[in-house]
Amino acid sequence: MTTEAGSETEVKEKAEESAAQPDQSENATQETEEVSNTAEEEKGKGKEKEKEGKESKGISRYLPTWLKKQKSQSQTSPTKEAPPTEESVGKVTPEEGEPAPEVNGHAEEVEEKEEVKSEQVKEKEAESHSSTSADTEPAKEENVEESAEKSPEETKETTEGEGAKEEKKEQEGQVTAEGEGGEGQTSIFQSPLRLVRKTKMKVVVCRVALLDGTDFTCEVEKRAKGQFLFFKVCEHLNLLEKDYFGLSYKDTHEQKCWLDPTKEIKRQIRSNNWQFAFNVKFYPPDPSLLTEDITRYLLCLQLRDDVASGRLPCSFVTHALLGSYTLQSEVGDYEPDIPRPLDLVGQLTFAPSQNKEMEEKILELHKSHRGMTPAQADTQFLENAKKLSMYGVDLHHAKDSEGVDIMLGVCANGLLVYKDRLRINRFAWPKILKISYKRNNFYIKIRPGETEQFESTVGFKLQNHRSAKRLWKVCVENHSFFRLNAPEPPTKARFLTLGSKFRYSGRTQAQSRQASSLIDRPAPNFERTSSKRISRSLDGAPVISITEASRDMAENGREPHLELHSDSKVKEVDLSPGDTEALPSKSPGGSEPTLSQSRLRVHGDNIYVRHSNLMLEDHDKTQDEVLKHQASISQLKRSFMEAPPPSPPQPNQWEKRLTSSPATIRSQQQQVSLEEEIASVLFSRYASSGFYSAAETTCSIPDPTLDAPITTCSTATPTAVCSSSVPQRLLISPTTTHSATEVSVPQAEAASADNTIPDTKEPAKPPVVKTEMVTISDTFAAQKTEIATKEVPIVHTETKTITYEAAQLDGNGDGEPGVLMTAQTITSESLCTTTTTHITKTLKGGLSETRIEKRIVITGDCDIDHDQALAQAIKEAKEQHPDMSVTRVVVHKETELAEEED
Amino acid sequence: MAGLMAGFGHYTHAVVRGIPASLAKEALRTSQAEVDLAKARREHEAYVEVLKTRLGLDVVELPADESLPDCVFVEDAAVVCGDTALITRPGAESRRKETEVMKGTLQDLNLNIVEMTDENATLDGGDVLFTGREFFVGLSKRTNQRGAEILADAFKDYAVSTVPVLEGLHLKSFCSMGGPGLIVIGSSEPAQKALKDKRVIPENGMMSDTSTAISQPTVKKRKCTPDT
Repeated sequence: MTTEAGSETEVKEKAEESAAQPDQSENATQETEEVSNTAEEEKGKGKEKEKEGKESKGISRYLPTWLKKQKSQSQTSPTKEAPPTEESVGKVTPEEGEPAPEVNGHAEEVEEKEEVKSEQVKEKEAESHSSTSADTEPAKEENVEESAEKSPEETKETTEGEGAKEEKKEQEGQVTAEGEGGEGQTSIFQSPLRLVRKTKMKVVVCRVALLDGTDFTCEVEKRAKGQFLFFKVCEHLNLLEKDYFGLSYKDTHEQKCWLDPTKEIKRQIRSNNWQFAFNVKFYPPDPSLLTEDITRYLLCLQLRDDVASGRLPCSFVTHALLGSYTLQSEVGDYEPDIPRPLDLVGQLTFAPSQNKEMEEKILELHKSHRGMTPAQADTQFLENAKKLSMYGVDLHHAKDSEGVDIMLGVCANGLLVYKDRLRINRFAWPKILKISYKRNNFYIKIRPGETEQFESTVGFKLQNHRSAKRLWKVCVENHSFFRLNAPEPPTKARFLTLGSKFRYSGRTQAQSRQASSLIDRPAPNFERTSSKRISRSLDGAPVISITEASRDMAENGREPHLELHSDSKVKEVDLSPGDTEALPSKSPGGSEPTLSQSRLRVHGDNIYVRHSNLMLEDHDKTQDEVLKHQASISQLKRSFMEAPPPSPPQPNQWEKRLTSSPATIRSQQQQVSLEEEIASVLFSRYASSGFYSAAETTCSIPDPTLDAPITTCSTATPTAVCSSSVPQRLLISPTTTHSATEVSVPQAEAASADNTIPDTKEPAKPPVVKTEMVTISDTFAAQKTEIATKEVPIVHTETKTITYEAAQLDGNGDGEPGVLMTAQTITSESLCTTTTTHITKTLKGGLSETRIEKRIVITGDCDIDHDQALAQAIKEAKEQHPDMSVTRVVVHKETELAEEED
Repeated sequence: MAGLMAGFGHYTHAVVRGIPASLAKEALRTSQAEVDLAKARREHEAYVEVLKTRLGLDVVELPADESLPDCVFVEDAAVVCGDTALITRPGAESRRKETEVMKGTLQDLNLNIVEMTDENATLDGGDVLFTGREFFVGLSKRTNQRGAEILADAFKDYAVSTVPVLEGLHLKSFCSMGGPGLIVIGSSEPAQKALKDKRVIPENGMMSDTSTAISQPTVKKRKCTPDT
């Protein structure tokens, strides 16, 4: 309080200074506004929005200038100041919502000079100076920046100590907000508290255009990651099924990009324009499978925008039908008493080329929806929208190899190629082995057709390198989301890395469905926009245009950050058939260039496709045999690929279409085994009779239920080995190893282990083997359910090995020593699994034998069903090589038990 | 309005047109075989009978026009899907007038009429295969790219892909729908070539390759409109 007087005077002085320097002052004001906004948000959003609107405009103009110099400093100072001011304002003078920002500005100035000023003082000052604050603010900011630069760390410490009192008060509001954010948020909080001096925490106000046309404003630490902001938005929306959504922004080239949740926001948005749009990122092929109405509603909002903007083309009749469902959802039953209903309809935008005829048709159809609830109307809307051929297709301009203008569309099912209005080609994900880009070229490697022997590569020319990369990223993400069970882990950074490390970081659709199936809350009440829109539209406000603006942002790639990579590299992703196999082996890790300013860094190629090749390598047989074998394998793979991920048993759109066809049936049967990451099967072929190859899979699963860092889980490692003897008498010896690594829930696991063992120990006979496997998995499943939430501090490991062997007359090939011809080891890693494949070719008594051992270590959450994985691995092996039999399964289980239990 | 998507196999009406006597001598031909006019008419009658009684369709019978020897092939004059009818611009000059009567008829059925007015566009309905989810348009002697584009504009809900028809008259000269999700395609060389063309891969990835060539499509055109 003592400082107040001083601070005020200073502020005034500063104000004068600022007047002299208009640019700076503007910047400062912007910052201050942001700060104030954050504070306001906590208290009252309405006020904030107003301020934000002003601020954002101002910010966008000036950001470039001050960013260079002031970024860190200015941000830090405002954040610090802002929180305190907010609190003080709320407590002391709640009436002064608007003046608060100004106050902040003053406060900043004060801080710079005095450092020790108290927030309350600032507030007071701000109030008093509010009128002049704008002018003064810029000058102040500069000062603050300087101070921050000089001793950012020091300021933090000092501020903490000093601001502790203030913090408590202020934080109350902030803490609630921050609770969501996590790390970034916490830091933010601290900064505000410590405000007085140059705090390190810089807070920025983000404006997010929501799907209902409104803006959501929130305060974010300047170094916060995209995820933080996204979660805040989702929380604001009360959205749980958030995996289908994302935040987009416009890069410096006005291209819409997806905000990478794992990267700092600041590094992605170049222009320091903290404006985003909340959009649907992955359009669920079957919206009826979404769990919550609120999710469907948000999807509806996105689609309405897609339709109205023309991004999702549809016929007149469809426009009318969709429009009528929108009306029903937003307005309710048709009211014949409404005077001039056409006026109402006319104020809403349903189609890019809307006319009276269409509006009349909409009304006519609306009448027929009487009695339909909003949720039902949304469902009907989605049922029709999802059938549109351009539903969820993200279009990118490109040229074909001959320079002809085309459009590339990325969607859940694959890559589509359009020329003019015609679709000239279509590559389903299963057809695509690899995607890559180099300079402004984008390549896809196509799986050979039935009659073809070689893969072919199709190249497209994008406008520039950025576009190529953006397209590549969209492909990576769409493929991962819709085709994989779990996302691939980003390649690890290594010394000399080439290529982009970018991988999809969110949950896949399969995971999302699984997660949303666990949603256990009463259907949240949410307000439909109807009231807002209609009232607005009646007021003559261009509500819809706002919405449209946000719509545009929905498409595109993401991280501008990565865009800086130099052209010389080729980035590829393996899309090998079995998504299980698809995990790209990371050869070269990509070191991400922290693009800050130097855009040019050269990176090399990344990933290779191996898995698909694997199958092709195992033969010393005649060309014919090889070809036959390959054909059958590729066929099986293809059919596998057609199948959807197993976890959510619900058929996707793709499958539904297939329903009546015989092929569908086939694929459905195989669904289970497909795309399981864990399913690793070794096939060894040898001309001689008996042979076995053992593969070990080790899964270490961290227990999700445990909050403690100790989370360890017992893992089962499934290994399946199949050996096939030449043409038809094939023995497949699958070795299943369950190794349970640290088990956080010792008791349950131990018990389960015991139970399992007896079952498993029984020697399996060729035909029986598979059945046994199933049994095993069941047992395990039971175990999983049993997993307790107890946290066990100390864990020790128990190892059990169970071997199932089919009665083999042939004997094991192991005994016979052969001549080693070739040996090869391939390692690939993904988030949850590490796959090591050893391929050895030996010559025994004139017969060549190729033995492939695959060892898979599964690491992941307890969610992963090891038993299932094992079962699937075996099943897959069985299905892929029906002519082989499983001869041996080894389950190696390592379980860590808590000492207590022992 | 259960939904706008017509889907496959939901038909409510059929439009047929009589066989003019001029068919035998003046109709466009790809082969020189003799036409037994009386037999053709008997077959046509039987066909209409099946549409009416066996399939229970609402059959609209148009009178033959002697000045339009090919008028019996109503399939080529219009493409109907859902509530929309695209009046084509047949590739053969002599057949352009066939669309006039067709247009009036379809208007009477309360369909939204889209006309192909671009003089650079040609399209025969025989080149249009609708699978229930998407369109395939054969690029043949009678149908060109522009025609396919206009069709895509008329039916924006659906993806439209083109298929080169190297030999034969129409796309549907060698392939047809065998049922929901099933395309039946002939074993002839041009048919197989079209099959191999990547563009032919239908949306659901399924195509049945039968070894039996489908006979020339029936003369009549069935119009499909949503049931409800």
